[in-house]
Amino acid sequence: MTPKKVVLRFPADVADKPIIYYLVKDFDLMVNILKANINPHKQGTMIVELSGDKFDAGLAFLQERGVNVQPLSEEIVRNEEQCISCGACTAICPSQALFIDRPSMIVQFDGEKCIVCQLCTRACPVRAMEVKF
Amino acid sequence: MSIKTYAEINARLREGKAVVVTAEEVTTMVQEHGLAETARRVDVVTTGTFAPMCSSGVYLNFGHSAPRIKGHQITLNDVPAYGGLAAVDTYLGATALPANDPLNSNHPGEFRHGGGHVIHDLVAGKPVKLRVTGYGTDCYPRQEVETYITLDDLNEAVLFNPRNCYQNYNVAVNLGERTLYTYMGVLKPRLGNAHYSTSGQLSPLLKDPYFRTIGVGTRIFLGGGIGYVVWNGTQHCPSVREGPTEGSVFAAGGTLTVLGDLKQMSPDWLVGASILGYGATLVVGIGVPIPILDEEILRCAARSDAELYAPIVDYSVAYPQRRPEILGLVSYAELKSGTIKVNGRDVPTAPLSSYSKAREIAHLLKDWLLSGKFTLTEPVQLLPSPDAGLTGKALEIKGPKE
Ligand code: SF4
Ligand code: SF4
Repeated sequence: MTPKKVVLRFPADVADKPIIYYLVKDFDLMVNILKANINPHKQGTMIVELSGDKFDAGLAFLQERGVNVQPLSEEIVRNEEQCISCGACTAICPSQALFIDRPSMIVQFDGEKCIVCQLCTRACPVRAMEVKF
Repeated sequence: MSIKTYAEINARLREGKAVVVTAEEVTTMVQEHGLAETARRVDVVTTGTFAPMCSSGVYLNFGHSAPRIKGHQITLNDVPAYGGLAAVDTYLGATALPANDPLNSNHPGEFRHGGGHVIHDLVAGKPVKLRVTGYGTDCYPRQEVETYITLDDLNEAVLFNPRNCYQNYNVAVNLGERTLYTYMGVLKPRLGNAHYSTSGQLSPLLKDPYFRTIGVGTRIFLGGGIGYVVWNGTQHCPSVREGPTEGSVFAAGGTLTVLGDLKQMSPDWLVGASILGYGATLVVGIGVPIPILDEEILRCAARSDAELYAPIVDYSVAYPQRRPEILGLVSYAELKSGTIKVNGRDVPTAPLSSYSKAREIAHLLKDWLLSGKFTLTEPVQLLPSPDAGLTGKALEIKGPKE
């Protein structure tokens, strides 16, 4: 089967468990980790590419363990015209995809680091962060 | 000890001989050349701020229809404006919301469209739906109007903001257990982040904390155009205290009422904003020129981020309950570094006020001054300084005779 990209969100009590190891060992899945992040509240987010015959069983296992699984069909983009470089998004972005460049103090967006948590889309006062499907 | 007058500085500005620098640049100059030498050389220091300022709005006169109508209820893009002025005058406030807005019923509300957004549309030249209803009088018989207006169609459109340009502001943190949605942004629980909203060493009123030069009639950069300080802002209670390090200060409480013709302003510097769980507002760009009349004025104007302090306030209990306690003072240099210490913990910081845009404003104002397009005005009356000892009055809940 062709690999599928999914977003895995781990609650704090699961984030330190070797879940990915079980995916490989018990479900024989190929796992390619594209992005991984643990925020200060110990919640984890991972964007992975999964493939293997037991794909569905693997996903069911993840959900059973309390991991939220979502297909990665969305991407976050910044409307550069609209952004006023205020910084209101930078401390709430869990992956430092939105950050302040110092000393210019200009707010930068690094799409590579974004884990599509969408926190910024509503926290941005001028709605410069947009979801692209 | 005055070394320069307004007239002398204006003469130099007109001759193209004046020395104008931004509040950032002057800090370095004083460090390199000392106070006395820099005071002699520099004529004007420019400042800037670009931040959400809720006490903002526009008054408009939209002209008379035939037959005439006396506006009783007025909306602009469905956002209610004030109907308590003369027939076709109205005031639209930045935080006004449409009657059908879900507000915080599904907390946190999004507040996607409010007065600030309508002001942004107007200044961008976009058509805005005007709806007026009246009760009908012999002189104003019409009872309903619905039409589209643009900024050009209006007789007057004047930005008139009763409280802008807060001198200094709280650094907001959350000691509680749940995420808070405040006018200081999204505050994560258990000291998850700290939000601040002042441009520090570029902030206009932090650079003239004794109000020696800013007063009624001071010409300023407002929303991308020219505006004026017309009074002190509401809740103006300036104070200056010594900061925790030598030469540093904790100045706070000063505010401005500002006014200017909306028709010459720009949508780049007046931006409608939606604060999650809080409401709609307007992000306003302001730049104030500070004439360097003497060394003392320069000493204040040249204070750097490391010498300017702000108070850390808990927004889970202390702020909403109006308790005075603060969790300490922190400098703008620390705030801008990205992390501060609160109760012994490292807390990531983020601004709500754009420092990079504040710098752009200070540079634009500098260019205007150097090009001769903008000269200084001497205030016709100075604003109350910290010496006036103003303090805020609290609202007591009481009956008519108590
Ligand atoms: S969606 Fe926004 S807040 Fe979430 S990681 Fe991406 S940029 Fe950061
Ligand atoms: S909150 Fe929005 S406007 Fe402010 S820096 Fe982030 S993306 Fe830009």
